[in-house]
Amino acid sequence: MSILVLADLHEGQLAGATAHVVAAAQAIGGDIDVLVAGEGVQAAAEAAAKLDGVSKVRVADNAVYAHQLAEPMGALLVELADGYTHVLASASTTGKNVLPRLAALKDVSQLSDVLAVDSADTFKRPIYAGNAIATVKSDDTLKVITVRTTGFDAVGTSGSATVEAVDVVVDNSQSSFVKEELAQSDRPELGGAKVVISGGRGMGNGENFKLLDGIADKLGAAIGASRAAVDAGFVPNDMQVGQTGKIVAPDLYIAVGISGAIQHLAGMKDSKVIVAINKDDEAPIFQVADYGLVGDLFEILPELESKL
Amino acid sequence: MKVLVAVKRVIDYNVKIRVKADHSDVDLTNVKMAMNPFCEIAVEEAVRLKEKGVATEVVAVTVGPKAAQEQLRTALALGADRAIHIETDERAESLAVAKLLAKVVEEEQPGMVILGKQAIDTDNNQTGQMLAALTGLPQGTFASEVAVDGDKVSVTREIDGGLQTIALTLPAIVTTDLRLNEPRYAKLPDIMKAKKKPLDVKTPADYGVEVPSKVSLLKVESPAERKGGVKVASVDELIDKLKNEAKVL
Repeated sequence: MSILVLADLHEGQLAGATAHVVAAAQAIGGDIDVLVAGEGVQAAAEAAAKLDGVSKVRVADNAVYAHQLAEPMGALLVELADGYTHVLASASTTGKNVLPRLAALKDVSQLSDVLAVDSADTFKRPIYAGNAIATVKSDDTLKVITVRTTGFDAVGTSGSATVEAVDVVVDNSQSSFVKEELAQSDRPELGGAKVVISGGRGMGNGENFKLLDGIADKLGAAIGASRAAVDAGFVPNDMQVGQTGKIVAPDLYIAVGISGAIQHLAGMKDSKVIVAINKDDEAPIFQVADYGLVGDLFEILPELESKL
Repeated sequence: MKVLVAVKRVIDYNVKIRVKADHSDVDLTNVKMAMNPFCEIAVEEAVRLKEKGVATEVVAVTVGPKAAQEQLRTALALGADRAIHIETDERAESLAVAKLLAKVVEEEQPGMVILGKQAIDTDNNQTGQMLAALTGLPQGTFASEVAVDGDKVSVTREIDGGLQTIALTLPAIVTTDLRLNEPRYAKLPDIMKAKKKPLDVKTPADYGVEVPSKVSLLKVESPAERKGGVKVASVDELIDKLKNEAKVL
């Protein structure tokens, strides 16, 4: 078997997700190559070469791949996929944007959000917002898969893969990058944080999310939000945890003022320990929380911050 | 410009699902069905484009069983002008749906196709991208804003780190994210009028597309249940439990 992993980039650097996707590739077994595509991505390629289990890093460094737009990335993958049995990417917005194009152009199905590998052709994936887990078997000659990173522990970084340039350049006259507004934060990335503290509609407004800052600082936590809080305009969409937002599985998840809609639980119920703080003792979030604290979050949060 | 909008019949998002006792699938007997929420947003966006004078005609299309005509009638009540039902009782996966939609695109020549980014049953998030690849049209996925300007469309996309804006040549494929718009409710007179709007029924065979895929569903299980834990009485007790019992602090 021979597997190509599409590397995830964050502002040109290798994103943490890639180490999890390589782990999924190891669970399938076989030779693992990583494709790093973008503009000015040498550093990302070198970082990818250090991932354990990778034999070769293929680098497509060209302006046409800048911002990893779907059309040129799909065309590049189509050029490179021959000879591989599996092509994997993380179930990030980039992986989800690009991989279905490869699958369609190769006339194969795509498996989305794979969270466990049973064998080289049989996988587990969540359906119905994670309320059921499907075991699916693919008889396609090329398996195109996006990986839910929380299902696989990251590989180490003591590898030394070879790095080689890919000189495939494709045309793209259909789509162009205009701008990006990325959240700037010193906090850990939501998807990879060991501790996540999230606020919901109960926070009342965006200003009150500052109450989470001090606790996040003390715990080294990332800050998330429920869809209700994002829809209400309290915080930007990139903070959303849930079925259609980020899927997280930290060691500790603290849900503050979040009622616990199915949609939100789908994004965090694999966390190791869940704490819920809510004034409504009937809130469904308490049915999944290891520790529940019923009370006024505006009193509890300052006290928690001072006592941590 | 003609806008084609694809809709899917799925389990109502409020329904708590049950896995069948034989683990062959999720049990959908006597379960309330509805239009996929992301598809409602797609229909709304298409209708708004028509109201703004950007779109001249809105055509709704679905692939699914006979009952999926209910969802097409909903789309017609919301403002679509006519509908196409590609009827099949087989489990149509993203690739087959994308192939069928590509044939409809070839026939109808729309200036834009709008789809939901994912269906809340299979959670695949693939069809729009596959359709774009098969038709050779550019894609703007996970859209939170769509602005047509001449022969281009600017799409603001919800991506992991924030928002990305791209410009696409038309015709283009757009998939909707949650915050693109808030869909309206159908009014009773519109529901009555929708019954008289044209609805064509086709089959996958009419388009020469094979529906079955090479992916088989072996088993469906409920996820490991998470047991509720304990309620603590104070912040001190919470910190104590997290330190000494859960050992996560």
